[in-house]
Amino acid sequence: MTDHPTKLSAHSVNLWFGNKHVLKDVSVTFPRNQITALIGPSGCGKSTLLRCFNRMHDLSPDARITGEFLLDNQNLYDHGISVTQVRRRVGMVFQRANPFPKSIYENINYGLKINHIPKTERQGIIENALKESYIWDEVKDELQKPATRLSGGQQQRLCIARTVALRPEVILMDEPCSALDPLSTLKIEELIVKLKKDYTIVIVTHNMQQAQRIADKTIFMYLGEVVEAGDTKALFEHPQQEMTANYVRGRFG
Amino acid sequence: MIKKLTPVIEWGTLLLTTGTVCFFLVAILWDLVSKGAPSLSWEFVSSIPREGMTKGGILPAITGTILLTLITAAAAVPFGVSCAVYLNEYATDSALNRLIRASIRNLAGVPSIIYGLFGLALFVQALQMGTSLLAAGLTLGLLSLPYIITTTEEALRRIPASTREGALAIGATQFESIRDVVMPSALPGILTGVVLSLSRAAGETAPILFTGVAFYINSPTGSLNQEFMALPYHLYMLSTQHHAIEEVRPLAYSTALVLIIVVFLLNLTAFYIRYKHSKK
Repeated sequence: MTDHPTKLSAHSVNLWFGNKHVLKDVSVTFPRNQITALIGPSGCGKSTLLRCFNRMHDLSPDARITGEFLLDNQNLYDHGISVTQVRRRVGMVFQRANPFPKSIYENINYGLKINHIPKTERQGIIENALKESYIWDEVKDELQKPATRLSGGQQQRLCIARTVALRPEVILMDEPCSALDPLSTLKIEELIVKLKKDYTIVIVTHNMQQAQRIADKTIFMYLGEVVEAGDTKALFEHPQQEMTANYVRGRFG
Repeated sequence: MIKKLTPVIEWGTLLLTTGTVCFFLVAILWDLVSKGAPSLSWEFVSSIPREGMTKGGILPAITGTILLTLITAAAAVPFGVSCAVYLNEYATDSALNRLIRASIRNLAGVPSIIYGLFGLALFVQALQMGTSLLAAGLTLGLLSLPYIITTTEEALRRIPASTREGALAIGATQFESIRDVVMPSALPGILTGVVLSLSRAAGETAPILFTGVAFYINSPTGSLNQEFMALPYHLYMLSTQHHAIEEVRPLAYSTALVLIIVVFLLNLTAFYIRYKHSKK
């Protein structure tokens, strides 16, 4: 992994929801143009950590965060950078596909519009984003159809298209396949692997086979702490920690 | 034996209670239709009352009720929907906001005659609108506010957090996410609540009693600063206050039938909106 410099990182991060200490002195790095999986049992803080990187906790009044989040060398919580700038550079795909109540075309066009991308460029960007997300062939004749009529897997690929249309540098994925059938999951996984050429990807997953299939690096978290991080193959085959070994072999979680 | 009987008893009880409710509903409708339909005619809904209400129609009451409902909507919908958006999307869970929310719930339980007296004091007297269509519409607007706020809040609460986050994640501001994604998703629920609140307001008598309704107006067109006729009040007058109650009884029934039809049409609109959006 030496030829993949760090793109995104967190240093000594602590997070509280009210009095609940959810992330405890977490430090992680995500290499450029690689897929990093965050694994761990429910409630271990992996989704909470993921949502720190695009400042999704900004609207939760009871969340308190300390520590540093760096994108390249830019502090994501700096006063000099706005939250919308952060989200444009760090995109996110959610657990349940959440297309807007608009047409397929408008679902992507909307992001371009609010980010002030000139009208003349939008058509091309939309087509490219749909092609990049391998959904173009399925929807090219019905771009004006409501997005909610698509299947679950298609909706999720549309949500990925909506994200890549804005050319982010990082894409965060919060269990993007957990609501999908195996075939749709496979398609999304193939898509994610193809996307790493252009993006740095962080994916939260409960599915350990999925982590092994697609992730270059894996980070195992437990009770708000990072237990072990490393090469996916090494982490699954030769875990250094007893806890990691028990989890990846399915003894708990 | 008892075990076998239990489901029969449960089922029987439910059927009996449902049947009782339906019986009274059908009985009321049957009474209205059978006694109101004979004197219901095109002339009845399209002409003004003549000869001390004993002849002619109820056109001014119909147009009065429609205009009144429009003013109520214009006054209550913008404030009610904005208030609900604030409460559900922006307000934090502070003591003050909990108090505001509880007050709104309580307002929904205030008897309508209290709104009538309040409207008389505020709009008719303090703001010098006089007894008028405007004063009565604003009073009914106040009456509808808590319902519109509550139903709009419910509709907004049903929109999952992930819908809002989807918009935020592509760089929308909170306002943009509400305007462009949350509101369109919640619109069917909001409209349903609004129409049901208005149909309730359209059938009210007490709030307009002191604020603008009149026994007899000879013109079907209204004016904001003038008194007006309304279906519920006309019905009340015909059935209890008229000098020839027996003579006008059929007209009272027809008026009731027209009022029911107006309210039913409003409810049908709400039903249609929901049906259309559930198919999408």
